[in-house]
Amino acid sequence: MDDLLSEFLTETNESLAVLDLELVKLEQNPNDPALLSNIFRIVHTIKGTCGFLGLPRLEAVAHASENVLGKIRDGELVVTAQAVSLVLKSLDQIKSLMAQLEQNEAEPAGDDGELIQLLNQLAAGGEAAAPAPKPAAPVETPAAPAVAEAPRAAAPAPAAPPVAVAPTAAAPSPAAPTPPVASEAKEPPKEKEVKEAAETKESAVAAQSIRVNVDLLENLMTMVSELVLTRNQLMQILRSQKDSEFGAPLQRLSHVTTELQEGVMKTRMQPIGNAWAKLPRIVRDLSHELRKKIDLQMHGADTELDRQVLEMIKDPLTHMVRNSADHGIEMPADRAAKGKPETGTITLNAYHEGGHIIIEIGDDGRGLDIDKIKQKALATGITSESDLAAMSEQQIQQFIFKAGFSTAAKVTSVSGRGVGMDVVRTNIEKIGGTVEMKSQRGKGSTFVIKIPLTLAIVSALIVECAGERFAIPQISVVELVRASANSETTIEWLNNAPVLRLRDRLLPLVSLQELLKLGKRDEKPSETFIIVAQVGTYAFGIMVDRVFDTEEIVVKPVSPILRDISMFSGNTILGDGSVIMILDPNGIAAATGEITVSESAVRTDSAQARAGAREDVTSLLLFRAGKGAPKAVPLALIARLEEIDLAQIEYSHDKPVVQYRGKLMPLVTIEASASTGTSGRQPVLVFADKDHTMGLMVDEIVDIVEDRLNIEVAVDRPGLIGSAIIAGKATDLIDAGFYLTQAFTDWFGAHSDGEFQSDKGKRVLLVDDSPFFRNLLTPLLSVAGYDVTTVESGDRALSLCEAGADFDVIISDIEMPGMNGFEFATAVKQAGRWQKTPLVALSSHATPRDLDRGRAAGFNDYVAKFDREALLHTLAETLNGERGAA
Amino acid sequence: MSKDMSENEVRGKGMAAGEQGEFVSITVAGQLFGIPVLQVQDVLGPQRITRIPLAPPEVAGSLNLRGRIVTAIDLRTRLRLPPLPEGRSGMSVVVDHGGELYSVLVDSVGEVLSLGAEMAERNPATLDPVWREVSGGIYRLDKNLLIVLDVARVLDFSARAEAA
Repeated sequence: MDDLLSEFLTETNESLAVLDLELVKLEQNPNDPALLSNIFRIVHTIKGTCGFLGLPRLEAVAHASENVLGKIRDGELVVTAQAVSLVLKSLDQIKSLMAQLEQNEAEPAGDDGELIQLLNQLAAGGEAAAPAPKPAAPVETPAAPAVAEAPRAAAPAPAAPPVAVAPTAAAPSPAAPTPPVASEAKEPPKEKEVKEAAETKESAVAAQSIRVNVDLLENLMTMVSELVLTRNQLMQILRSQKDSEFGAPLQRLSHVTTELQEGVMKTRMQPIGNAWAKLPRIVRDLSHELRKKIDLQMHGADTELDRQVLEMIKDPLTHMVRNSADHGIEMPADRAAKGKPETGTITLNAYHEGGHIIIEIGDDGRGLDIDKIKQKALATGITSESDLAAMSEQQIQQFIFKAGFSTAAKVTSVSGRGVGMDVVRTNIEKIGGTVEMKSQRGKGSTFVIKIPLTLAIVSALIVECAGERFAIPQISVVELVRASANSETTIEWLNNAPVLRLRDRLLPLVSLQELLKLGKRDEKPSETFIIVAQVGTYAFGIMVDRVFDTEEIVVKPVSPILRDISMFSGNTILGDGSVIMILDPNGIAAATGEITVSESAVRTDSAQARAGAREDVTSLLLFRAGKGAPKAVPLALIARLEEIDLAQIEYSHDKPVVQYRGKLMPLVTIEASASTGTSGRQPVLVFADKDHTMGLMVDEIVDIVEDRLNIEVAVDRPGLIGSAIIAGKATDLIDAGFYLTQAFTDWFGAHSDGEFQSDKGKRVLLVDDSPFFRNLLTPLLSVAGYDVTTVESGDRALSLCEAGADFDVIISDIEMPGMNGFEFATAVKQAGRWQKTPLVALSSHATPRDLDRGRAAGFNDYVAKFDREALLHTLAETLNGERGAA
Repeated sequence: MSKDMSENEVRGKGMAAGEQGEFVSITVAGQLFGIPVLQVQDVLGPQRITRIPLAPPEVAGSLNLRGRIVTAIDLRTRLRLPPLPEGRSGMSVVVDHGGELYSVLVDSVGEVLSLGAEMAERNPATLDPVWREVSGGIYRLDKNLLIVLDVARVLDFSARAEAA
């Protein structure tokens, strides 16, 4: 056998073996360009060598499959199982031809027209989709040596349709074969055309982008930052000098510097698609491995963000997509059984929103399995059964962000190792982002990641504490509060924990001085600034001495030897050239109070409630007192929270009192029998009304929450209105009115005494959907001497009207499901026996506009909820007015 | 890359203290030290240093070196020496370690010394453990002794913590 031929056979057999493997891989990873170009190169080499050796039949087959591969590589064809099978088939054909060649030292006679035609059809299919149709011969082959190119040109492959090219001329001669003249004549112009097309394509791309080392860019960035700094200093000098001849050039310099800075910043931006590049392959792999059908849809891949941010979210994104594929999407059969399409969909969506990038990762799979999470939570000891029972689904779902949590029944190579969502969350929070999750059982889960556009330049608030300056990223600052001893806003202390009353919430405070162990100040500042920061769903205040200005800062990572200090996210150089540390609100939050699952969930709940129906949310003070469940009372009823020294309790008429603000304040305990200690301190809820104050002694103030009030269990024990789920726990709602009358038998009577005396016995209809308010107002009004009837809706009230009931005054809530207060008022005023009955609106909103609207609807007056005095006053006035008019 | 290599080479030489080496001489509390000259990027006068809360005591703070943030290490604290007396300001030697710049605060910086292998000595066994940790060997000069500072070990506080 000819040496050359035997070498060809050996080499080609090896190549074919490799090809078999590679093609199988390609089917799984259709988007791996390296794999594809390797396959292409091998086939191309085989084809070239065949041509060189004058093996036209082999060459024709190899050429046809090369065409297909070329189309795939150029992105004109997608890798399908069909395509791969066809290419594999052609390889088989090549193998069989090779086997015969080895035996006979000549190509066997025969025709591969059918196979070649199939291959060409496939290639043509892609061609049809391509904008510029061109012959199938791919030209530029990155890895193919020029040597391979030459023989191919010498022995051009037959164009479609591939006629069997003189199979008789099978002499294994190393000399260049004489190809059919006809095809030769046809070929060159086409090839030229293709070459040109490819070249223009290539050069167009090449001219528009170049590769630059990232270090170089980072260096540039540093230099530009320095330039900006110097510019700032120059501008500062310029400001102090009048009529300087440097003025104009410096302005110009300043302008150019700004543009340069922006330009360099842009070089750091990359499309998020870069972080997604590997995902299709991963999903394809997974769907094979897991035998699932998964479709990965990606939107907004060209959304740009900072390279650094991109690097940071790459892994979390990958992890979440894997999770979706592994845990989320069901087996095709299960999906079909549930009436879903067999193919599950994972959707990635990225877009800009107000200086942030939002990335959504959603699947239409089975959603989170609450029961499994519960079991796992119990098994790992994160929570107790009783706590779990009180939690909402949302809260339970949050457990997946806890370390060591995986609900996958078994550990697969894909996921289920229990390192995952906690790392995802940590990584995202590290770059100042947040991750939220929505999951609906059977419908799928969606994760929403919100991350800043860039980490390089951020707007930061410069603050001072104990003589040191720090920067706080503006993005996590919600608001600034100034607190001083003699203003309305003061810092209060619960034991040693400072808190701030911010609107209707208690805000936990963190002293930066203590946190950073800054040492004592020379003198105690007369006022403190509180930076209200929000980390995820957890809000807290950072106490500092002074607040300067906001400044655009270039964030630089801290030195490696300082990386373990979690309080700082980086450092920077200010305009004046000094180095300043950048505080990390995440680190501070983590260091000062565990952002517990329940807490964040409650906040989320309340945030959702705020967005939805604000009026349904009530601020409640949670506390513990006596036995049983935690207790709650509407915050609006409480005037102050105090802590009293038990030793100061005195007794008047055998009832405990304490001197409070120059007056005697009676103290009441939740359980009448409960004895108060004689030493130590105890928190007291102070209820105040006109001249009266009353202190309700409690064991512990737990929290202030905003929650929907839903009385689940009504209780007929005095002092309790009922039980409700508050902050995920069964909580007793106390009837403040009961304790008030305990302290002062005349608490409510005080008002009904004199002027309102004549209202006694008047009939009041109270329309309110909230059982809480009905339960709260009924005793109040009853005590004031009214005869109260309550209904939960306007419809019910109207049916009472039809039934013939009569009332002297109607109090109606405004925000009610179904018929709202305005509609109810209109209905009442339109016709019927109640046309003349005065109407009083009750609402948590009492803006002038609401007032007007209420009047227009027919309300005589408008009272804010919880304003007992105003309500009683209004009632009396309204009734008086009626009387006067009558 | 090349920087790292040269650094390693230099450190290798310093540690072995067996070959000709060039050192920037510094003084801390009267003791002469040497830092391999190729590792030294800059010598600075007194600088405005920003304190870093919660940092290890050896970290004096950070300073701005022409737009780069440099972590300052107080060599006196590192060597368990009392701080510089009030009113006296020291100097800084900026060194490169793993691509990061560090400024080593010293009392004063002298000239560059070229020292031959024949003057090299190993660390005496009686040397204080903290000092021995950062010492890459001793050179016998005519009038006094020079300790070669191993910058990598100066910056590694964790080893000290374990030893202590």
